[in-house]
Amino acid sequence: MAEITMAQALNRALRDALHDDPNVVVYGEDVGPLGGVFRVTDGLTAQFGEDRCFDSPLAESGIVGTAVGMASYGLRPVVEMQFDAFGYPAFEQVVSHVAKMRNRTRGRMSLPLVIRIPYGGGIGGVEHHSDSSEAYYAHTPGLRVITPGTPSDAYSMLREAIACPDPVVFLEPKRRYWAKEEVETPVRTAPMDRAVVRRTGSDVTLIAYGPMVATALEAAEAAREEGRDVEVVDLRSLAPFDDATVTASVRKTGRALVVHEAATFAGYGAEVAARVTERCFHYLEAPVLRVGGLDIPYPPPRLEHHHLPDVDRILDAIARLQWEADWVDPDAVPSGARPPASGARRGREVRS
Amino acid sequence: MSAPRPADPHPETTGTASPALLRDFYRTMLTARLLDEEAVALQRQGVFPAYVSLRGQEAAQVGSAAALDRDHDFAFPTYREMAVALALDVDMVGYLASHRALWHGGLYDPMRSRFAPINAVVGGPVPHAVGWALGERLRGDPGCAIAYFGDGASSEGDVHEAMNFAAVFAAPVVFFCQNNQWALSVPNDRQVAGGSIAARAAGYGMPGVTVDGNDVVAVHAAVREALERARSGAGPSVIEARTYRLGPHSTSDDPGRYRDPDEERRWRERDPIARLRAVLERDGHADTAFFEEAEREAGEQAIRIRDGVSSAPPPGGEEMFTHVYREPTEALRAQQRAWREEAEL
Repeated sequence: MAEITMAQALNRALRDALHDDPNVVVYGEDVGPLGGVFRVTDGLTAQFGEDRCFDSPLAESGIVGTAVGMASYGLRPVVEMQFDAFGYPAFEQVVSHVAKMRNRTRGRMSLPLVIRIPYGGGIGGVEHHSDSSEAYYAHTPGLRVITPGTPSDAYSMLREAIACPDPVVFLEPKRRYWAKEEVETPVRTAPMDRAVVRRTGSDVTLIAYGPMVATALEAAEAAREEGRDVEVVDLRSLAPFDDATVTASVRKTGRALVVHEAATFAGYGAEVAARVTERCFHYLEAPVLRVGGLDIPYPPPRLEHHHLPDVDRILDAIARLQWEADWVDPDAVPSGARPPASGARRGREVRS
Repeated sequence: MSAPRPADPHPETTGTASPALLRDFYRTMLTARLLDEEAVALQRQGVFPAYVSLRGQEAAQVGSAAALDRDHDFAFPTYREMAVALALDVDMVGYLASHRALWHGGLYDPMRSRFAPINAVVGGPVPHAVGWALGERLRGDPGCAIAYFGDGASSEGDVHEAMNFAAVFAAPVVFFCQNNQWALSVPNDRQVAGGSIAARAAGYGMPGVTVDGNDVVAVHAAVREALERARSGAGPSVIEARTYRLGPHSTSDDPGRYRDPDEERRWRERDPIARLRAVLERDGHADTAFFEEAEREAGEQAIRIRDGVSSAPPPGGEEMFTHVYREPTEALRAQQRAWREEAEL
């Protein structure tokens, strides 16, 4: 089995989809002979011809607007917004047309299309090249919004998105394009609308997605050295939200922390915190905390490390999860000896 | 409620059409006029929350729609293309259901009708027509798309992006602009720099023609030519049909606040239905019996549609959840259950 990067996994997914389904069409800015600015579409025009993978004019609203017509017609367009913030001119098409067409026509006109968007920071991108725009899309009913955190998920979820009868906003964490994994394609991972537990733990649930999954896993490893047993849930699907997986994890650990790059205020983490609180209130030992970007316009590359959540910021947040009343060194207790949610029960006893 | 009489003593039309086709145009335009009057009345009676009249634009709409190949072509309307829908045999009760606020976009089947759902986003559907046309081209199919839009939409960025996109790929699409002089309350001279939407086509390297939008024969000929061109692989074109919105922008509007009644009167004298009637009479293509019969049939059809939409049952509330995704998500199912429990209390 060979190691491939996430960008290569995405490229293979597009290649296999173009090969398997003659209705798949890939287009966007510079996705043709250049192969995309991140080389995700590398070689596709050469292999499949200009009718299957082609450069469009520099017109994001036109790209998504034509994809609406093309998908209505019966093709399966996979279009690219070159960078997160470049997708904003297409916002009206996404919100007023892509998301609503099935509903407006009571299912008679459906839009099986995928909008690929490299998003997030951490690569020293110039202005308008590092936004985390997921909440805008996740807030819009009618869209599916998914984001892979690993190369194998990138392949599997993109294939599934292209085959999906609903429009999918496919957010690619650009700082993880070069992350490697041993993958043999084709690979099928968990269904694209399911969260997965990336690492099991008993003390606290870290909820992350896309670019922050790897950071959360690093933080979990570091926390272990500090005596905390951290579970990491990779959401994968931002809309719909996999309540079952997240709820089961938080009910088990009694503590939850959401991590994302986007500005914290009114960010996706607020929805996660609300849902977790609604479903796990009596299991929680501490308020659900959010670790997100600062509430500032995305800073210049020289400053972005101050803005982006990192291992230290996550560890600091874990430390704020009100451990004092209930802290037991996990190493002092045999694994599995403590019943799940013991802390929550003790909390209720104290309160009553 | 009666057919308009010609006020212009010198009926003119450019181009030619068979007498049978002219009579068809007349019947459809008259039906659209009478149905439009019924729709305005339904708004006055509180059956429709709002309605957008197409009065005065019947020639532009019927002439353009009649040029389409009903088996292969596809129309992308705005919210004012009722006569296009009628000419394409769209289920008109389903069309007007949108104005009765039963369902956004209407209740007709757009795929079977080859007429996209009614759309109120100004300029938004124009790139959809280009995408449809690109689909035809990529698959090697013979169909074309027609994008309807107005003078106001011509200011929207999406229209520029759509035209440029179409011209780059030689997409088989016709950009059909009904310039009805008023974008809600703003006149052409504050809307259309350069004074011509058709002239902009030259910038994209495609033909652009201006036609008298109240001359159904001229409109029909221009659209037919543009479709032939598109179908032959020669690419898109722009047609600007100069017409006039005789009524308000919508039933919520008051044109008295922004335009001169004399202007409306002058355009009423160029009523497209009256003009066509004058041509038919002048050339001896229709007699009194035809006009009486046409009026009776149009009136009956308008009333049938009016009664149909007035009594159409509203969709059940559960349908709010049905079509958001192919299958409702678990969260939507839960919301639907909660909604039903509340609704049944």
